[in-house]
Amino acid sequence: MVTTTALEEELRRLAGSVPDPELPVLTLEELGVLRAVHARGTDTVEVELTPTYTGCPAIEAMSLDIERVLHAHGVRDVVVRTVLAPAWSTDDITDEGRRKLREFGIAPPRRHREASGPVAVRLGPTRTAAEAPHPEDEPVRCPHCGSSATELLSRFSSTACKALRRCLDCREPFDHFKEL
Amino acid sequence: MTATVHTSAALALGDDALVLSHRLGEWAGLAPVLEEEVALANIALDLLGQARVLLSMVGDEDELAYLREERAFRNLQLVEQPNGDFAHTIARQLYFSTYQRLLYGRLAEGQGEFAGLAAKAVKEVAYHQDHAEQWTLRLGDGTDLSHERMSRACESLWRFTGEMFLPVEGVDVDWAGMKDAWLESVSDVLRRATLEVPQGPQSGAWTAGAGRQGLHTESFGRMLAEMQHLHRSHPGATW
Repeated sequence: MVTTTALEEELRRLAGSVPDPELPVLTLEELGVLRAVHARGTDTVEVELTPTYTGCPAIEAMSLDIERVLHAHGVRDVVVRTVLAPAWSTDDITDEGRRKLREFGIAPPRRHREASGPVAVRLGPTRTAAEAPHPEDEPVRCPHCGSSATELLSRFSSTACKALRRCLDCREPFDHFKEL
Repeated sequence: MTATVHTSAALALGDDALVLSHRLGEWAGLAPVLEEEVALANIALDLLGQARVLLSMVGDEDELAYLREERAFRNLQLVEQPNGDFAHTIARQLYFSTYQRLLYGRLAEGQGEFAGLAAKAVKEVAYHQDHAEQWTLRLGDGTDLSHERMSRACESLWRFTGEMFLPVEGVDVDWAGMKDAWLESVSDVLRRATLEVPQGPQSGAWTAGAGRQGLHTESFGRMLAEMQHLHRSHPGATW
């Protein structure tokens, strides 16, 4: 049985408040990558982080930022470990995180319908209109005007976790945080 | 997670990812359109992340990547093949991403030392396979010229595909079942792309089957020279 002490809750709040280095509107807590914070003895803290993508280069900046914040609050030794299992999913992004993404101009990932598993990849023409190939799918909405009429321009965008889309109503291009 | 990691297995999977990542990185600045440049670089980044995890299981990642000689690399000959034209790169992506998705999908279901990484990476690889598939359809079922080039690319890389299904020590999957599933998936994509499934042998007269034993094709040495020269010229240098 793992119990969390009041101190660990406080440390977690501090570590979780660190902004994401690439999407600074989001905190690590909102992104869902902070897995655990353990106090070991009086001045050692262990933090478990999980990467969004296996090769995400932001993980190193996140580790350094967490160390800096905890050092600034008097923790002498901070050990940040990267854990892969269970794999991070975009379903781990909090509702507040989704709201902030949209506000920032990035369409948030849609939630998976069922228990997480491999992403279902569906076939379509190279430029896929947002009208869902499967009726149970919700469309990707334009974060600027809210229209559901959007099309895919590229499966990979400014970072591995995003796809590039365009709104067919307001004509603005935008990033979409891909479902993972 | 404390299971013993087979060095041969971690090197085989890690080197596949590392070498293909480097090849895809060679497209930076040269891809036909900006979106494609970004896509190939992002796929390369995913593969590099896998390589870092896998190589770190059995040693120092930098030493393994930058200080091993050609004969010590255990990657498939398929992934070291030069980029060629865009169709060659897409054919290589189709063959490899289909293989990797099937392999990681199986490893993710097991309890072995690679299950954690595989469960994570298989979701990324699903996007790689989708990317390769969409381009195969577009090029194969495109103009006469794109059809011709895609057909040529699929044919010329076919002889490197047999090696993928030779058992790797420490990787506990049903290799024969993998091969059947791979053939079914790739054949389906090729047919929809109006391309013929190559009929030739899936291994060459002397080359195929050797990458996993450290025997590589001519261009691999040149690729390694480029990949390793900075680290070897300036040992221990940091940014």
